[in-house]
Amino acid sequence: MTFGVEDVSVTFGDTTALRDVTIEVPAGTVVAVVGGDGAGKTTLLRTLVREASPDAGRVSAPAKAELGFLPASSGSWAALTVAQNLDFAAGAYGLTGAARDERRSELLAAADLTAAKDRLASQLSGGMRRKLGFLMAIVHRPGLVVLDEPSTGVDPVSRVDLWRLIAQEAASGAAVIMSTTYLDEAERAGHLVVLDGGEVLVQGSYDEVRATFSGTVTSASTPVREAWSWRRGHDRHEYWPDDDASADREVVAPDLEDIVIALSLVRRLAGVSA
Amino acid sequence: MSGDVALRADAVTRRFGHFTAVSDVSMEVGHGEVVGLLGANGAGKTTLMRMLLGLLPVSDGAVTMLGGPPNRERRRRVGYVPQNLGLYRDLTLAENLDFVAETYGTAVPSLPDDLLPYAKVLVGSMPLGAQRQAAFVAALSHGPELVLLDEPTSGVDALARARLWDTIRAQSDEGVGVLVTTHYMQEAQQCDRLLLMSHGELVAQGSEADVVGDTRALSVRTDDWSATFAALNAAGVPVILDGRAVRVADTDPAQVRSILDGAGIEGTVEAVPATIEERMLVLARA
Repeated sequence: MTFGVEDVSVTFGDTTALRDVTIEVPAGTVVAVVGGDGAGKTTLLRTLVREASPDAGRVSAPAKAELGFLPASSGSWAALTVAQNLDFAAGAYGLTGAARDERRSELLAAADLTAAKDRLASQLSGGMRRKLGFLMAIVHRPGLVVLDEPSTGVDPVSRVDLWRLIAQEAASGAAVIMSTTYLDEAERAGHLVVLDGGEVLVQGSYDEVRATFSGTVTSASTPVREAWSWRRGHDRHEYWPDDDASADREVVAPDLEDIVIALSLVRRLAGVSA
Repeated sequence: MSGDVALRADAVTRRFGHFTAVSDVSMEVGHGEVVGLLGANGAGKTTLMRMLLGLLPVSDGAVTMLGGPPNRERRRRVGYVPQNLGLYRDLTLAENLDFVAETYGTAVPSLPDDLLPYAKVLVGSMPLGAQRQAAFVAALSHGPELVLLDEPTSGVDALARARLWDTIRAQSDEGVGVLVTTHYMQEAQQCDRLLLMSHGELVAQGSEADVVGDTRALSVRTDDWSATFAALNAAGVPVILDGRAVRVADTDPAQVRSILDGAGIEGTVEAVPATIEERMLVLARA
């Protein structure tokens, strides 16, 4: 089963939050949506879970009972314990009694939260709280899992742990879409989507994104065209969309960071002569 | 500039009762140097940072900031951008900068061109990238000789992040020492030198390669990533999804092959350089 959105546009008053966005979320895949503040990530995910209505385009998503959603804000109740939070979410989907107890034990063990089951959510570390929110979103084994920045502000070790839980859901057959501000997380997803100003800048597997990127990226201490350059450590990288780099420049193999910045520059500087 | 380095810790330890939060850490930040401080939650970064600023007394050891022990006078010469930015969200940008200028007794800083449209806008209503840029303007307005930044570019897009790093490098080029705490590997790669803390100790320092040390990882490629991932995850090895392949940190290739054989999965197991995150994962599991 493939979920997703097709040619979707969303406006809030005078602001276009999404413009002609098409994204597929197949079963058994992690799709990572990456972009900065205001790129449209949250609007895209809220459209998919039908909390925002598109002005145009089609949304393909399962019914509520088959949807799991972790919002960007906490996702758990601070005054309840870890186990109470999970039971509450389970109850909302009609999971009770022995089946609920079994599911709770299974999830707590997978997330390494068994020892913390009687702690209040307010007393968890940021990483543990996001793991709890994630468990609450998947307690009913949804076919489509939608996660809004599950790992933002979470330390790297907890991020790897969360990433393992998320991948496990996809490995068990769920369609998973998550937003992130971390490019390295997007690199590791089966399919990545880069949003910028409400539009898709590029999407595909990381290999596909690299293969379809055209133009040349060079590295030097001083760029030829300041506006087309960006900092990487002590040097500046520079983008030549038409492969017309000055001969004295060192050509580098662009990573995802370079590709995203280069495409963002094209979008912003469109019409400006290089 | 005063002293041979901007900031130095000599064998600094901090105990809380029987718990040692920071143990025997020695480190320095040179003038004009950008140093990244990494570590998982609970590694001791925040406790170390508070001692470096003189906000928390050391149990043992000594801190030297701008030529002497940290005190109010020396802290005036430090710029700090906390993770929550330290701006008043209910004041306009111009009002925030007036406040900062008043506090330090300096002239009100002028706004860079891209922040001009926000002068009369409440900081809480500005886009996050602009808020971060504004926090830099505020923290740097009194010409600090040492700058501490906590996750300076989190939440902004790649282009805005590169622009913020221009501002950071402009400082270090002028001789300012910069200490950056970060969870963000792209940010770590912008630093001149990295420090890695784990369980209160400084466990590695130097380049990215120095910090990774001899930690190894394996890249496992098969026809079916999900079966591969499920088998390795069930066996309890530290497995990470990597596109349509999976990675396993710090594990014997023979063990990985035997798990795959047991699950009837064919594929290749290749040793690859570990990432900083994988080194941190291995340290956390130790």
